[in-house]
Amino acid sequence: MGMTMTEKILARASGSTSVKPGDVAVVNVETAVLMDMTFLPESWREILRVRDPRKVVIVFDHLVPAPTADAAAAHRTGRAFAAKFGIERLHDVGPEQGICHAVVADRAYALPGTVLANGDSHTCAAGAFNCAARGVGGPDMLYAVTTGKAWFRVGETIRYDFTGRLPEGVSAKDIFLTIAGSYGAHVNQNVEYGGPGLTSISINGRRTLAAMGAELSAEFVIFEADDTLVEYVRARNTQPFEPAPPDADAVYRDRRGIDLSTLEPLVALPDAVVNNSVRISELAGQKIDQAFIGSCANGTLDDLAVAAKVVAGRKVARGTRLIVTPGTQATYRAALKAGYIDALLDAGAVVTPATCGACWGGHMGTLGPGEVCITASTRNFKGRMGDPSARIFMASPATVAASALAGAIAHPGEFFRGDAS
Amino acid sequence: MSTTNMLAGRVWKFGDNINTDLMLPGPYLVRSEADQATAVFINDRPEFLREMRQGDVIIGGFNYGMGSSRPAARSLRNCGVGFLLAETINGLFFRNSVNHGFKAFECPGVTQAFAEGDTAELSIEDWTATNRRTGQTLAVTPVPQMLLEMMLGGGILPVLEAQGLIAPRSPH
Repeated sequence: MGMTMTEKILARASGSTSVKPGDVAVVNVETAVLMDMTFLPESWREILRVRDPRKVVIVFDHLVPAPTADAAAAHRTGRAFAAKFGIERLHDVGPEQGICHAVVADRAYALPGTVLANGDSHTCAAGAFNCAARGVGGPDMLYAVTTGKAWFRVGETIRYDFTGRLPEGVSAKDIFLTIAGSYGAHVNQNVEYGGPGLTSISINGRRTLAAMGAELSAEFVIFEADDTLVEYVRARNTQPFEPAPPDADAVYRDRRGIDLSTLEPLVALPDAVVNNSVRISELAGQKIDQAFIGSCANGTLDDLAVAAKVVAGRKVARGTRLIVTPGTQATYRAALKAGYIDALLDAGAVVTPATCGACWGGHMGTLGPGEVCITASTRNFKGRMGDPSARIFMASPATVAASALAGAIAHPGEFFRGDAS
Repeated sequence: MSTTNMLAGRVWKFGDNINTDLMLPGPYLVRSEADQATAVFINDRPEFLREMRQGDVIIGGFNYGMGSSRPAARSLRNCGVGFLLAETINGLFFRNSVNHGFKAFECPGVTQAFAEGDTAELSIEDWTATNRRTGQTLAVTPVPQMLLEMMLGGGILPVLEAQGLIAPRSPH
C-alpha cells in the first residue's frame, strides 16, 4: 500500500518500511527548535544531557525584546543552556533573531523529508519545506533534546490539489480562509498540499498556508517539494536531504481540488478561525481601532511588500493604528532596502522589531476593552490579543492594509486593478 | 494501577472547539504553574473554578483543546479535574495531556449522553463511560498502551528524571 508524504517521512524517521493510520511512530527528530517560552521557570527543567547539540536550534521570539524581568531571566537561562552544551544555532536578540518559524524558513533549517519538533503550535509552518514539522508541548521538547526522539500518532490524510493561479490581490491567507471556511477543522488528520497550481504559490505564500494549518487543528501539514523549494533549501543549507513525494497509490481520507483562479479575499469573523469566513462585502464599513500585519503566518517579505504597495502614497485613517511586525530582523532589513518600510512609515504605520508580540497578546500591540482589530496573523480567539472584550477579525495583509486606510474593513481590490497577473 | 482504572465525577459540560486560551489565558503564560491553575476558564466561565470539586469531570464536544501548545492540560490536572471525555480531542492538547499526566479520552456520543451535573463513570480497563443517572454506557476510544502508561504514570517528565536526563524540579 502506498504512503502519503506524512507516512513516508514518519516511516523513514522511525526506521520502518511503512507506517499507517492508527500507529504510534517513535521517530528520530532531525531538528529540535526551542523558543524562549520553553525557558520560562514554570516550563523549564534543567537538562542534564543533550543527545546531539547540532540538531538543536534556539530562537528567542515570544518575549523579544524582553518586556519583563521574567522574560529577561528566561533568555538568560536559554543562553546559559546554549553555552553549556555548545549549541551554535542560537538566535538571540540582534540581527539573526526572528519568530522561530520565520528563522527556520530564512535559514532553511527544516530539511525536506525529515522531522522537526518545536514547542510552538505553528511549527507546521515548516511543512512548506516538505518537512514533517509538528508543534508539540514543552515536555516533548525536553524529550526530543535529551533523547533525539518524539512520538506521533499517525492520522489519516486529506490531500488538496491546486490548479490555476491566484488573482492579483488574493493571497495564500485567502486560500487558507477558503479551506477553513469550507471544510472546517481537520482534527487528528494530516493535510497535504500539491497539484499543478502549487508552483504558482511563492515559498513565502506556502509558509503562510502551512503556518495556518495549526488553525485547522491538523496533525502534520506538508507541501510537495518542487524545484523552487529544492533550490531554495540548497541555497541556504549545505546538509544533504531527500524530499518525500507521495506514492501514486497513497491512500487519502479525502482528496479535494482547489482552483486558485476562482478565489477572492475573505475575512474570518471574531472568536474562531474555522467555519467562520465571510466575504468582505458582508462586513464593509465595520469600524476598526487597530490593523495588524505580522506573526509567523504573515510577517514574510511578500506580506510586507503587499502592505507597502497598498499604503504607498496614502495615509492610515485618523484614529486607526496600523502595526506591522516583520517575521525576522533579516526580513526587516530586506524590506528596508526594498523601500517597503519607508512606504509603511510614510503612511503612518508603526513597524516593530521581529517578535510574536501582538499576535499572542504579549506586547507591541495588545488590544484594550471593546476594541476592534483586523489582523493578518494566526489566531482570533477571544482574548487572544489582549482584553477578552476586544473583537478580532482575520484577513490577508492586503485586506488589513486596505482596512487601515479606510479605518474600517475594506476590500483591497482597487489597489490591484490593472496589475498584470 | 487498578484503582486508577475506575473513576467517577460530577459533569461540567462544554461545547465544541474549546480552545487552550480559554483554559490558560495568555497573560498567565508568564505566571507560576500554581497561578495558571487559578485561571482555568476565568474569562468565559468564572463559576467553574469557584464551584468545582476535586475529581469533577469535563465533557467536551468536537476538537477539545484546539489552539496553542501552552500547557492547558497541566492546568486542568492541577485544578483538580478528574478526567476529560470529548467527542474529539485536538492532537496537540492530547499530547500535552499524555505528557503532563492528565486523563483525556475521546468518547463519541458523549455530548448527547450527559447533562450538566450528571455523574460520569470511566473504566479504563473496559474502555467504557457510563452515565449513573441514565445507566447509558458508551465506548471510549482506547489509547495506545505506550501513551496510556505515560498518561497514567504522571507524564513524560518523571520518565526523563528517572533516566537522569533532566534534573528534578527544585522545591519552591
